[in-house]
Amino acid sequence: MLRTFRFTGLAMLALVALVATALVPSPAAAQQKVQVDFWHGLTQPLGGILEQIVTDFNASQTKYQVNATFKGSYPETMVGAIAAFRAGNAPHIVQMFEVGTATMMAARGAIKPVYQLMQETGTPFDPKVYVPAIRGYYSTSDGRMMSMPFNSSTSITWYNWDAFKKAGLDPTRPPRTWKQTREAAKKIRETNAAACGITVGWPTWTQFEQFGAIHDVPLATRANGLDGMDAELRINSVLYLRHVQTLIDMQKEGSFKYGGRDNAAEALFPSGECAMVHTSSAFRARVMREAKFQWGTTYLPFYDDVPTAPRNSIIGGASFWVMTGPKRTAEEYKAVAEFFRYISQTDVQAKWHMDTGYLPITLAAYDKVKASGFYEKNPDMEIPYKELTLTEPTENSRGLRLGNMPEIRNIIQEELEKAFQGQEGAKQAMDNAVQRGNTVLRNFERANR
Amino acid sequence: MRRRVIFDNKFLPYLLVAPQLAVTLVFFFWPAAQAIYWSFMLQDPFGLRTQFVWFENFTAVLTDPLYLGSARVTVLFSTAVTLLSMGAGLLFAAMADTRIRGARAYQTLMTWPYAVAPAVAAVLWLFIFHPTIGIFGRALLRIGIPWDYKLNGPQALVLVILAASWKQVSYNFLFFLAGLQSIPKSVIEAATLEAGPARRFRSIVFPLLSPTTFFLLVVNIVYAFFDTFGVIHALTGGGPAKATETLIYKVWTDGVINLDLGSSSAQSVILLIIVITLTALQFKYIEHKVHY
Repeated sequence: MLRTFRFTGLAMLALVALVATALVPSPAAAQQKVQVDFWHGLTQPLGGILEQIVTDFNASQTKYQVNATFKGSYPETMVGAIAAFRAGNAPHIVQMFEVGTATMMAARGAIKPVYQLMQETGTPFDPKVYVPAIRGYYSTSDGRMMSMPFNSSTSITWYNWDAFKKAGLDPTRPPRTWKQTREAAKKIRETNAAACGITVGWPTWTQFEQFGAIHDVPLATRANGLDGMDAELRINSVLYLRHVQTLIDMQKEGSFKYGGRDNAAEALFPSGECAMVHTSSAFRARVMREAKFQWGTTYLPFYDDVPTAPRNSIIGGASFWVMTGPKRTAEEYKAVAEFFRYISQTDVQAKWHMDTGYLPITLAAYDKVKASGFYEKNPDMEIPYKELTLTEPTENSRGLRLGNMPEIRNIIQEELEKAFQGQEGAKQAMDNAVQRGNTVLRNFERANR
Repeated sequence: MRRRVIFDNKFLPYLLVAPQLAVTLVFFFWPAAQAIYWSFMLQDPFGLRTQFVWFENFTAVLTDPLYLGSARVTVLFSTAVTLLSMGAGLLFAAMADTRIRGARAYQTLMTWPYAVAPAVAAVLWLFIFHPTIGIFGRALLRIGIPWDYKLNGPQALVLVILAASWKQVSYNFLFFLAGLQSIPKSVIEAATLEAGPARRFRSIVFPLLSPTTFFLLVVNIVYAFFDTFGVIHALTGGGPAKATETLIYKVWTDGVINLDLGSSSAQSVILLIIVITLTALQFKYIEHKVHY
């Protein structure tokens, strides 16, 4: 009997303790300012620079406060925001990588388009102040801005100045065409100036998305998906096949080395192994920190017998999306609009650009940095902007908006790997990629009807 | 006379098992039920539009050659990891069980890899086998083996198998050692008169170890199926092409990266069925042959 009592007593105690911990109020005291949650996916040092901008904004405000939180990589931030939305608890602002644009745009009801936010809150807003190639990527086909651009980069060529000299190449005149690129890479191998001539980071982005824009050939129909969800991939067309074949041939002769998916190949450049790499302009911070040689940057190469080339490149990076939720107030939206206005200011943009290597997203910020003489001391910092604004964007160089683009990027990488392994020829690899990618596009279309 | 504790209170036993039941319901049954529910739906990532599509997700998955390829990789991977880690564990345990100097230290050191987190283990292997920065990777290249697991599927598979097995050897070692030490010395001594060490191991030690072996077989297969995500994620990310993409890795890719909840859930349900079948088969057929 006594034993029974002791057990009941213990269990009751445990229960009481549990209930008590659940009932203790959290220390959320009444806040004076309107609070806005902002989730981002930038690692250090970039994340710290972004958070400093948020701190500066908060210091300039009496009514609003933005709380920035790092949520992991871009895909992790995206999944986190989606899960939070499903739980009715989405952050007010979320940073989303450019390939998530179609997914976000299709999520009517989960997002508030930026143009609408600005209208409703009565915030002065002129889309014309943003660089067209950046604005276009995040706007509907009739020009309404859906998200707030922030950290935009483009892809450029990074080359090892010292290795070029060692190979007897002129580093002041880096290759501009694919023919010159291949010759330079071969020469580097022949003279053993580096262990590999060239590698590519973000293979899908640099060798397909950018490649299509620069040569003015479609990656997909319907203006690369900007005009509608019923787009179909076109990466098995003549020029793409030719390019994949070139890469296969270069791999066989040893001048090109496949360095892995996403940004894995980037490591081969600062280590000195590969004398050239195609990757993001935001690669700068890492090169500055790690490369123990003189380096230079130049435009992405093109095939000079293609009459439409070269055109402007397109962007990568991320933009800020406004998310809705059941508990949103008008004041909170006003706070978000105020924050967007702040980060688009010329001074903020110019500083962000110079600190990080991301593009200036407003025309005024570029003019200001140029006038300051910054580009004369850092000519490599102007290349990305010049490449991005080389021509007026066409249907094929405005950007792309394909559903589940992260998956399509991986499919292309997988098929490329099969081609580089010799499992498939260029044609078969690209046909497979098109077929698999189109299945993804159709599923996306169906799920978002 | 055996003493038994008898609860007078009818309510109390339920209260006592309630926490365990609650944990099981909330963390096992509820997600499993959710997975089954979602496997019949087609939905956008945000959950704004949902359609009931019957078995469409299942037919799509099961007729997908890539899914079947992934199943092949899983069978190969799990078999290799189980055999390798159990074989090595048994070998080391048999060696540690003999009278050697410093056996204690040796036994302690052998358990260390188990304390290493899968992702950290993968990074260690990366530093050893990376073709550019890894000591062993560079050595392989120097002696003329074209080592590049980023582009060579079989090499990538061998690498993840080695890394995943290495982590599990300690665990198997511990259990095998305990099993070996529980075999009565008198039996071994009696056999010493008649048979050499190899024969003794085959006819006496191994059969007496069978309960341990059976237990480890179940644990290792489950490990190879479900706990190797971290190793694969950090080492190869399922690539090159799809050479190291196991079923569990594909569930993650399709659900978290590709945001296809329906397909990902259908794959989870299929995995659930596979594991239930495997476990049932193991207990039904193999357990009969085990001597306790």
